[in-house]
Amino acid sequence: MTPAPLVQVDGLVKRFPGERGLFGLGRARRTVRAVDGVSFAIAAGQTLGLVGESGCGKSTVGRTILRLIEPDAGRVTLGGADVVALGGRELRALRRRMQIVFQDPYGSLNPRMTVQQTLAEPLAIHRLATGLEAKRRVAALLDEVGLDPAFAAAYPHELSGGQRQRVGIARALSVEPQFLVLDEPVSALDVSVQAQVLNLLADLQRKRRLTYLFIAHDLAVVKHIADDVAVMYLGKIVERAPATGLYAGPRHPYTTSLLSAVPVPDPKAQRQRIVLQGEVPSPASPPAGCPFHPRCPHPRKNERCRTEPPALREVATGQFAACHFAEQPM
Amino acid sequence: MTVWTWLALASAVAVALVAAAEVRRRAATRAAGRRFLRHPTATAGVFILAFFVTTALAAPLVAPYDPAGQLDPVHLQNQPPSTRFPLGTDVYSRDVWSRLVYGARLSLGIGTIAMLVAVTVGAGVGAAAGYFRRGIDAVLMRSVDVGLAMPRMFVLLMAVALWERLPLAVLVLLIGLTGWFGTSRLVRADVLSLREREFVAAARAVGAGPTRVIFRHVLPNAAAPIIVSAAFGIGNVILLEAGLSYLGLGVPSPLPSWGSIIYDGQPYIATAPWTSGFPGLAIALVVLALNAVGDGLRDALDPRKEAT
Amino acid sequence: MTEPLLRVRDLKTYFVTEQGSGTARAVDGVSFDVYPGETLGVVGESGCGKTVTSLSILRLIPEPPGHIRPGSFIEFEGRNLLTLAPKELRAVRGNRIAMIFQEPMTSLNPVFTVGHQIAEAAIVHQSLSRRAARARAIEMLTLVGIPDPGERVDHYPHQMSGGMRQRVMIAMALICHPQLLIADEPTTALDVTIQAQILELLDRLQRELGMAVMLITHDLGVVAGSADRVVVMYAGQVVEQASTGELFARPLHPYTEGLLASVPRLDTRVSQVRGRLHSIPGQVPAATSWPAGCRFHPRCPYAWDRCAVEEPPLLDSAGAEAGTHTVRCWLLTEPERRERHP
Ligand SMILES: Nc1ncnc2c1ncn2[C@@H]1O[C@H](COP(=O)(O)OP(=O)(O)OP(=O)(O)O)[C@@H](O)[C@H]1O
Ligand SMILES: Nc1ncnc2c1ncn2[C@@H]1O[C@H](COP(=O)(O)OP(=O)(O)OP(=O)(O)O)[C@@H](O)[C@H]1O
Ligand code: SF4
Ligand code: SF4
Ligand SMILES: [Mg+2]
Ligand SMILES: [Mg+2]
Repeated sequence: MTPAPLVQVDGLVKRFPGERGLFGLGRARRTVRAVDGVSFAIAAGQTLGLVGESGCGKSTVGRTILRLIEPDAGRVTLGGADVVALGGRELRALRRRMQIVFQDPYGSLNPRMTVQQTLAEPLAIHRLATGLEAKRRVAALLDEVGLDPAFAAAYPHELSGGQRQRVGIARALSVEPQFLVLDEPVSALDVSVQAQVLNLLADLQRKRRLTYLFIAHDLAVVKHIADDVAVMYLGKIVERAPATGLYAGPRHPYTTSLLSAVPVPDPKAQRQRIVLQGEVPSPASPPAGCPFHPRCPHPRKNERCRTEPPALREVATGQFAACHFAEQPM
Repeated sequence: MTVWTWLALASAVAVALVAAAEVRRRAATRAAGRRFLRHPTATAGVFILAFFVTTALAAPLVAPYDPAGQLDPVHLQNQPPSTRFPLGTDVYSRDVWSRLVYGARLSLGIGTIAMLVAVTVGAGVGAAAGYFRRGIDAVLMRSVDVGLAMPRMFVLLMAVALWERLPLAVLVLLIGLTGWFGTSRLVRADVLSLREREFVAAARAVGAGPTRVIFRHVLPNAAAPIIVSAAFGIGNVILLEAGLSYLGLGVPSPLPSWGSIIYDGQPYIATAPWTSGFPGLAIALVVLALNAVGDGLRDALDPRKEAT
Repeated sequence: MTEPLLRVRDLKTYFVTEQGSGTARAVDGVSFDVYPGETLGVVGESGCGKTVTSLSILRLIPEPPGHIRPGSFIEFEGRNLLTLAPKELRAVRGNRIAMIFQEPMTSLNPVFTVGHQIAEAAIVHQSLSRRAARARAIEMLTLVGIPDPGERVDHYPHQMSGGMRQRVMIAMALICHPQLLIADEPTTALDVTIQAQILELLDRLQRELGMAVMLITHDLGVVAGSADRVVVMYAGQVVEQASTGELFARPLHPYTEGLLASVPRLDTRVSQVRGRLHSIPGQVPAATSWPAGCRFHPRCPYAWDRCAVEEPPLLDSAGAEAGTHTVRCWLLTEPERRERHP
């Protein structure tokens, strides 16, 4: 029995007009398919981890769901409401129910606004509180994310990275959303601070029954927080499974390689590191057939991989993979 | 001049000195302020501006005579500077010092108001173009190109020529409306990069609409180019007004502006150089001061200048 | 025992900061050795002084605001680098000791081809002709595993991905066959899969060229896989130093212990890791105001009164041979306190 999903994404597509070379010269523009038909669902109170290398389209997925970027195709629903179809006023109202925390704790706070102003703004926009009541709410929010309420008067440059990230989380929580997109919230933080913030997110989720889309490039971080994991490569989901299944037996060669690339803090671990050859291809010219084939280390890789794009299909219960040889994982 | 006017003048100097000292003191406590103070002329500029603003505000106290009052057209015309008339009198026997002091009100006032018009329009257009991009950007920036291509003085002269007796308010508005093109380009460039910053996305994510995003998040972070171009802008407007008045097309005659005082003294430049000379000096001082302050502000508001 | 290649003793590098905030004691009495052919891992959080240490070795600290305090000592191949004349120093830099930086995006000059930049060092130090240097550059690109080196040699940095640029940096660093390579967070800006490639490459090159590597990183996972010995830094000081196996098996400094426990790990079952991670409370102090006594005491779960007033020296671990496992912590004098703690 699976509960009805709170967030459902179907066939999401986002293309960007490609960039020209230096000084606007060079070859004609080529469209970048940043997100190319992504589908998933997240049940209320659960966390989906979205993992992949830089440039594979993770942030674009997060931002199109929130309509910070307009999708080119696809459906997004939040608790049954069609997010893509909404306009102006209704969209703004819906933004109360879904929020985002950004990767860069330095860039995501307005340098000219105090913490108080930053946190009171959403309250004012949605007419939740003003004046003294707003002050009280901001103090409560700061307390909830583990910051001293005295920080309300501080400017972002007076805060450390971890403190800023807490302010970013408090801003997202201020409108009491049900759903949070966490776009690499700990990637820019030091290990010890990263652990603090991950714990905070876990506590908040339990207390407020939040639903998370947790974006990361590190499968080890995701393991600590996700119920389900989706692995992206060049704008597509190549594997999607419950965390237990995925970590115990990855079905896609890319997932296997990602797992083996994570450094393990144990010198005795006799691991066989699969070092992928080559670089991530440009999303402006993805390879034909299986997009992973130029780097794929799977021993059975063959001509079919070069020509026929594998579909995302259920390989084991609840575990989907887009590989012709998903039944014989590496 | 009575003792009282001398005292008033001394107080104006004192106020200006205090203001400059206070700016120095406050500036020294922050990094931006210290970058400002690295310009040796910036503090002098602040002093000069403070002096002229104070005398302009306190004009009735500092000016010994009515600026338009003809004291004795027969005996007191074109008198050289003396203790009675510190800067002499003009051909209508009006006290040049008094006219200069009241002229500061007009010249600085026109400069400030026209600059405010220019900067408001420029920032608004630049922000709209940079934030909305595409169609709006293309239309607005093409009009800016056209505006920049037209010589400003020429446009103003045309307007004056077409409109017999141009009311002062309209003139100020015209000067302002022909001076925002450069500012709008600077602001647009800043807004283009600011709109991609994550805190703007964050504001949109919490439901902020375009107006709020532009006024609360984008423009305050683009304040530096706006302030700097405002400082240079006032100086330009003062020069422009002086130029128009010098041609007899600006501020109508009995009213004293620095430009119109020069215009009045111009025929007697050989015999009574003080009438045109002192307002000319005042203009030069204020424009230099504004440029010095503008230079200082440009460095102060640019944290990248820290390294040196 | 062989002689160390690099001997750093009591290195102190301070920065005079903007008025008001005082002197930043970025590196404050750091000592360690690097032996020929080994990999020394240097681990610590942001701001603990890793980069300043490596820049000090090459005397690349911007002066002012920075300066290396008298009494510091850096000996390389028997010569004190701190007293070397500028000309001799230049003969060491990029030739005997090479360095790769944290940011592959900004460390390359955008207006020159990568081949030009790689060849530069060879032209300066080995007086090769342009043609010979270009051939060497192609050779180096092949060595660091860049496909089509003959074509890539004429590319500009912006035409390459982050991983490729880092390879170019490595090629530049290795062209003169240095005895010591200082790699300052060579993989921090890169993806895990590319990080794995670069670490593998560094391992291979070290074996083939027989050089010593100082691998600076904040990721304990990286040193576990590559380093022979590890130095852990906190607040401008070395707090623990041991062989890699010993350090991971018996971390003795509470900071090392906390750091190890707060790394998200893959090698545990999902059901075990769900829930809370261990975390070190509080945050790294500022370099202008290190805490008195033990610099870790405000965040240390074991701290007692002595820690707040008296600064611990580097003490030898009881179980190990002298000098092989040293720890800056009073717990070594009173081990029973560790047991008393939950
Ligand atoms: N505004 C844009 N205009 C053009 N291309 C874009 C834009 N935003 C993203 N892209 C391109 O879309 C692709 C996906 O970008 P995205 O930011 O979603 O990646 P990501 O997976 O979040 O990467 P990272 O881990 O680096 O954050 C990239 O190739 C990127 O260059
Ligand atoms: N030019 C400088 N002026 C003033 N202080 C400096 C300067 N360079 C470094 N510092 C200070 O020295 C300390 C150590 O900096 P360092 O760059 O060595 O840290 P790090 O360990 O390399 O950190 P990261 O992991 O962030 O690279 C910091 O607190 C920093 O503020
Ligand atoms: S389909 Fe072929 S190339 Fe693609 S991942 Fe599977 S084995 Fe590799
Ligand atoms: S000396 Fe004291 S405070 Fe410092 S690490 Fe050891 S136990 Fe903790
Ligand atoms: Mg991203
Ligand atoms: Mg560093």
